[in-house]
Amino acid sequence: MEYFLELFLGGLTRGSIYALIALGYTMVYGIIELINFAHGEIYMIGAFTALIVSGVLTLLGWNALAIIVIASIVAVIYSAAYGYTIEKIAYKPLRNAPRLSALISAIGMSLFLQNYVLLAQTSDFLPFPELIPEFGFLEPYSNFIRSSELVIFAVTAAVMLGLTFLIKFTRIGKAMRATAQDKMMASLVGIDVNRVISVTFIVGSATAAIGGVLIASHIGQLNYYIGFIAGIKAFVAAVLGGIGSIPGAVLGSLVLGWTESFFTGYVSSDYEDVFAFLFLVLILIFRPAGILGRSETEKV
Amino acid sequence: MLELRNVKSYYGNIQALKGIDIRVSEGEIITLIGANGAGKSTTLMSVCGVVPPRSGEILFMGEPIHGMSPNQIVSLGISQVPEGRRIFPYLTVMENLDMGAFLRNDRVSIREDIDYIFELFPILAERRNQAGGTLSGGEQQMLAISRALMARPRLLLMDEPSLGLAPLVVKRIFEIIRKINEENNTTIFLVEQNANQALKVAHRGYVMETGRVTMSDTADNLLTNEGIRKAYLGM
Ligand SMILES: Nc1ncnc2c1ncn2[C@@H]1O[C@H](COP(=O)(O)OP(=O)(O)OP(=O)(O)O)[C@@H](O)[C@H]1O
Ligand SMILES: [Mg+2]
Repeated sequence: MEYFLELFLGGLTRGSIYALIALGYTMVYGIIELINFAHGEIYMIGAFTALIVSGVLTLLGWNALAIIVIASIVAVIYSAAYGYTIEKIAYKPLRNAPRLSALISAIGMSLFLQNYVLLAQTSDFLPFPELIPEFGFLEPYSNFIRSSELVIFAVTAAVMLGLTFLIKFTRIGKAMRATAQDKMMASLVGIDVNRVISVTFIVGSATAAIGGVLIASHIGQLNYYIGFIAGIKAFVAAVLGGIGSIPGAVLGSLVLGWTESFFTGYVSSDYEDVFAFLFLVLILIFRPAGILGRSETEKV
Repeated sequence: MLELRNVKSYYGNIQALKGIDIRVSEGEIITLIGANGAGKSTTLMSVCGVVPPRSGEILFMGEPIHGMSPNQIVSLGISQVPEGRRIFPYLTVMENLDMGAFLRNDRVSIREDIDYIFELFPILAERRNQAGGTLSGGEQQMLAISRALMARPRLLLMDEPSLGLAPLVVKRIFEIIRKINEENNTTIFLVEQNANQALKVAHRGYVMETGRVTMSDTADNLLTNEGIRKAYLGM
């Protein structure tokens, strides 16, 4: 039972991180029908930014709480700026080009950012400081839950709630929903569609950066390649849940996280990544639009 | 109020408007009639900035608006009821109306306008929490008109509001068009295939053929014009 619980919480941790990344994929897809392949790199850049900032602040002798808060904030701002800029230079000029052009541009962006970080940093894994302290009250349960996991759950839940509020109730959120449903009509009611697209990239990048910081401090290391793997898995999760659907992205992420965790725990840890994709193929055979996806015919 | 001067618009290499001149004065209902593919919708989209003209000028209240983005043009007081209604399918009726008032932030008068619209179209009040995509064609058309009115436009562009609707609903829509014009002094630019009804409600009319305006006159004169009667009124 304890082992089950450990796997369950491990899956929830993975799922939470996937969800933080998958949100960006699904929101961007919902608005401009583009798979932003550079999104995983945004997450990686968020983690690196936090690494650098926390390194500097540690040298300055700041306390752990201040370091993680400031490192996260800087990472979020920096990644959001990257997301915003990528859209402006790599996607916006191709808005009216064939869809494949933007997709290729996205893949190019992804490779560019990976190699840029590779050159600026190193290909080795770098240690990431343990920014999240061990909570005393978790001591008795330390066999199956770490305090970093608890922080991951809490932060992810808060982000999801915040995002739901943003999309449901705020002016920009309503503009995002309208733009996702009909861009031309959105502009005809006075919505600045370009601005909505920018905000979407900024929000998606910010949540991915939060995921990057959390996972790096949970695992304790990172390199330029982490965005690629995590990005692809989060993409799988987004497709699994129904690309374009926000609850779908969260659900798909949790399903994928748990499946991976239980599979590696009870069956074999050798084929973890293969399994994620096998799972994707299976789901899509039976539900081509994903778990919560709207089938195309439903679109007006 | 609105003036198009030698407007030429393209879709890629295809020229859809070959130099259009149209004037609309404040408080008028003008109608633009013409066969399929004549360029009527393109004319409205050019005014709205969705298909920006490649040459020529569009003036609104004396100021050039060609080259502005669609959202800027809306903010000047131009709203469109587009062809095919384009209701936001997953937003509720209420949310669709709310989107129409996107650029306004006067809560109280928005509320009043919604009450006015529910008086105009009681069925929308009944359906207020239903998703736009689940409404019938006629209800969607009422919602599209209402959404445009929620912006309190000075100029309302309507693209074939009667298309595909039952005769009774068509009659109701044209009554509403007249009512909006008379009660709110809203200027209306009406594109219609239903030339007979359109000319009855309009003050003046323009006739379009393959990207050009071929005739313009008072609505009464067009209604009795032999050529128009043959080509567009089926008499
Ligand atoms: N998105 C587009 N891409 C390419 N060509 C287009 C596009 N939209 C319209 N056209 C062309 O431009 C011309 C004018 O079209 P438009 O839609 O303005 O006609 P219309 O008068 O509104 O016709 P209808 O009465 O059928 O609505 C047509 O020849 C049409 O094929
Ligand atoms: Mg048309």
